[in-house]
Amino acid sequence: MSGILLEMQGITKTFPGVKALDNVNLRVEDGEIHALVGENGAGKSTLMKVLAGDYPHGDYDGTIIYDGKECRFTGMKDSERLGIVTIHQELALVPNLSIAENMFLGNERGSYFRLDWDQTFQMTTKYLRMVGLDEAPHVLVKDIGVGKQQLVEIAKALAKKVRLLILDEPTASLNDNDSQKLLDLLVELKKGGMTSILISHKLSEVSQIADHITVIRDGTTIETLTRGVDDFSEPRIIRGMVGREMTDRFPKRESHPGDIGLEVRNWTVHHPLYPERKVCDDIDIHVRKGEVVGISGLMGAGRTELAMSVFGRSYGTKISGRILIDGREVALNSVQDAIANKLAYVTEDRKGCGLLLASDIRENTTLANLGRISSRRGVLDKDKEIQLAKVYTDLLSVKCSGIDQLAGNLSGGNQQKVLLSKWMFAEPEVLILDEPTRGIDVGAKYEIYTIINKLVEAKKTVLMISSELPEILGMCDRIYVMSEGRIVGEFTQAEANQEAIMACILSAKPPEKPDVVPIAQGA
Amino acid sequence: MSRLWDILKRNTMLIVLILVMILFEILIRWNTNGYGSLFRPTNVTNLINQNGYVVILTCGMLLCILTGGNIDLSIGSIVALVGAIAGVFMVNWGTNIYLSMALCLLIGLGLGAWQAFWVAYIKIPPFITTLSGMLAFRGFAWLILGGLTISAFPPGFSRYFNSFLPGTGTPGENYAFTITVAVVAALALIAIQFWTRLKKIRKHYEVEPMWELLLRLVFGCFVIIATGHLLGRDKGIPVILILLAVVVLVYNFFTMNTVPGRRLYAMGGNEKAARLSGVNTDRLMFFCYANMGFLSALAALICVARFDTANPSAGTNYELDAIGACFIGGASAYGGVGTIFGCIIGAIFMGVLNNGMSLLGMGADWQRTVKGLVLLAAVIFDVLSQKRKRLS
Repeated sequence: MSGILLEMQGITKTFPGVKALDNVNLRVEDGEIHALVGENGAGKSTLMKVLAGDYPHGDYDGTIIYDGKECRFTGMKDSERLGIVTIHQELALVPNLSIAENMFLGNERGSYFRLDWDQTFQMTTKYLRMVGLDEAPHVLVKDIGVGKQQLVEIAKALAKKVRLLILDEPTASLNDNDSQKLLDLLVELKKGGMTSILISHKLSEVSQIADHITVIRDGTTIETLTRGVDDFSEPRIIRGMVGREMTDRFPKRESHPGDIGLEVRNWTVHHPLYPERKVCDDIDIHVRKGEVVGISGLMGAGRTELAMSVFGRSYGTKISGRILIDGREVALNSVQDAIANKLAYVTEDRKGCGLLLASDIRENTTLANLGRISSRRGVLDKDKEIQLAKVYTDLLSVKCSGIDQLAGNLSGGNQQKVLLSKWMFAEPEVLILDEPTRGIDVGAKYEIYTIINKLVEAKKTVLMISSELPEILGMCDRIYVMSEGRIVGEFTQAEANQEAIMACILSAKPPEKPDVVPIAQGA
Repeated sequence: MSRLWDILKRNTMLIVLILVMILFEILIRWNTNGYGSLFRPTNVTNLINQNGYVVILTCGMLLCILTGGNIDLSIGSIVALVGAIAGVFMVNWGTNIYLSMALCLLIGLGLGAWQAFWVAYIKIPPFITTLSGMLAFRGFAWLILGGLTISAFPPGFSRYFNSFLPGTGTPGENYAFTITVAVVAALALIAIQFWTRLKKIRKHYEVEPMWELLLRLVFGCFVIIATGHLLGRDKGIPVILILLAVVVLVYNFFTMNTVPGRRLYAMGGNEKAARLSGVNTDRLMFFCYANMGFLSALAALICVARFDTANPSAGTNYELDAIGACFIGGASAYGGVGTIFGCIIGAIFMGVLNNGMSLLGMGADWQRTVKGLVLLAAVIFDVLSQKRKRLS
């Protein structure tokens, strides 16, 4: 902890009509891990874009002092030359290139017309060892898991002689195990003198490794907490973020489970590209009406694959097993069948597989059940559509300028609400919610939980997949633990706690598991 | 005021079209000492006859583009092949003309379905499938015609595409009939618009401000009656105009007001999301490409009737006209965005460009150059205005 490496003073940045940042001050010490927290839309990412030169000097007011000198970046190249590297939430790797090619993309070894492959591979090996990633440099990026891809990004930053590393939600798509590895690595690199700024919604991580925490709310800095001086507990940080105490992060619910709504028996699914590999292996689960059942497990355990294969076989090959809805066996051979049998699957990937980002809220809301707003001959009643879309938008209190706002212009939390309203519009009895609160802020999460509770009170059957253990523990009446495509444990709410579930996951799997190809490329 | 600005922005292409028409009018008048005009009655009839096929093909092409920026390169060749078959049926074999027309349309549908099958169910990229069709169907047309042309189609056939309503009659009768039809059409437009507005008000739904409706009606009626006036002073209503109107209205209704139409936009917007919402994307893709074959056959009949010949090199570059019209008309090269009316404006734009430059006596060399640059300019404009929209 020597001097100050970075000081941002009075940063103000306005977009047409909105003041995204208003007189923000940030001081980062040399060799520390500085966490930046705040709700979605608070201005964290904008601030980091100012720092990285994404918004060039003159586009904002205020000064940036880095390493004792005032900086006026005109683009990312300028900041990178000084060793400021950003790793974005959406990884910037090219899937069909090798780790080595990705690592030196834009920073190629050799001369402009002659690449030095020997040096490229040798240096890649060196940096991979530094981040503790045991993969050969020629492996294609698409063939390694998301966790390892994240490590490649860090290695790439190291190759650029990084001094200040900015990580935007680095663990958002990682499971707990990989997240921990990443955090350990950051602490390790800190010992080597690297400074990092960590943006994260996972407050437990922040309080675990940060030296300082700066809280941003509504575009202004609220406070900076210092380790050893201030309270680093989650409720304390949340209070700063939302401006009030969040006593209960999960709304209360009286649960009265009824008959079995969804039952899946002997469900086996094979990987679409490698049919000899079982992604789901002889799975038996059931969910009662008026009950929330969670599926916990690590990324790649086969949870999404299970849900999608049940939802009209939209994933996998050689699927066998039986599905019973309301005790009646149903054949769901297509998504159409699944919807007709009152099943809904709310995807984990709202931008990629959920919403039509370039269409308005109205069209998104009605898409899964156009029959509800059309005549028998298939002619749409647009007036009725507008009417109903408004009803659902109000019901879920989506914050928007109107139902003709484009889905792509909404914040993450509101996009998630539109996605939910789309499936509620389909009037299902059984809902499978896959990571329903991924990447959205605390307040929006609470609203989503409230909606789930309302669904359950209306005697719907809810199956929830989540990688966040507190959420699973806080929301579910019963919890299945999945690992390597099998159900390895079942807990009631009373028996369940973080340690028990983690122990269950870890005891069921070998310590070093080969990564599964992410579903996006498999499907 | 911001609302007016909004309307103008939504109809940029229409405004550009009007400006281009005015520009051509000035240039042509100046060039011919006030004698020539874009709006001479015979020229308006010509415009409609020359561009009928583009309008038909554009409707089909838009559907293909909506699926995700996919195009169909084979339609020019289908026009040649179906035209050749029509010639063999009607001229060589003397088959009944109605039977021949029906068979031609069916064969077009079949050719479209053949390509659609590979595209939709076997997932051969459309570009490659239709490139193959472009070569193969053209070759087939040459085979059937033996490199020659067939001409002198039965008059009973041509009359469905080339004649005018009321047909017989003095210029005075022609004018009276045409202007009456135009006025009736305009009144129908007014009645329909007010009827839907009333229906909305009765259900307490939101309605647009009155002046917006009136603005649209005044403009619509002006176009209809002015066209009627000009056509009336020539030979009356071209039969083909009625065919075009029907096709455009049907496809506009399909895209805007039906479930499969909506799903088509969803598919182009985000195919994965559409599939997970229960949209059978394969079937939609099949439909679009099969339909393209059908409309190509219809265009083939129009062309054969217009030139009164079946020619193996007919229809060359028609696919490019249709694709150009769609993109000029505001369709997105990534799919999911674009309207039938927008693309029709694109088609008219291309037609006016061709016609205006011909009247100015510009050679084919300059015409192509200008058309090429205009296409690029239209798409650049689209991309830039999209970008600005995203920033604000």
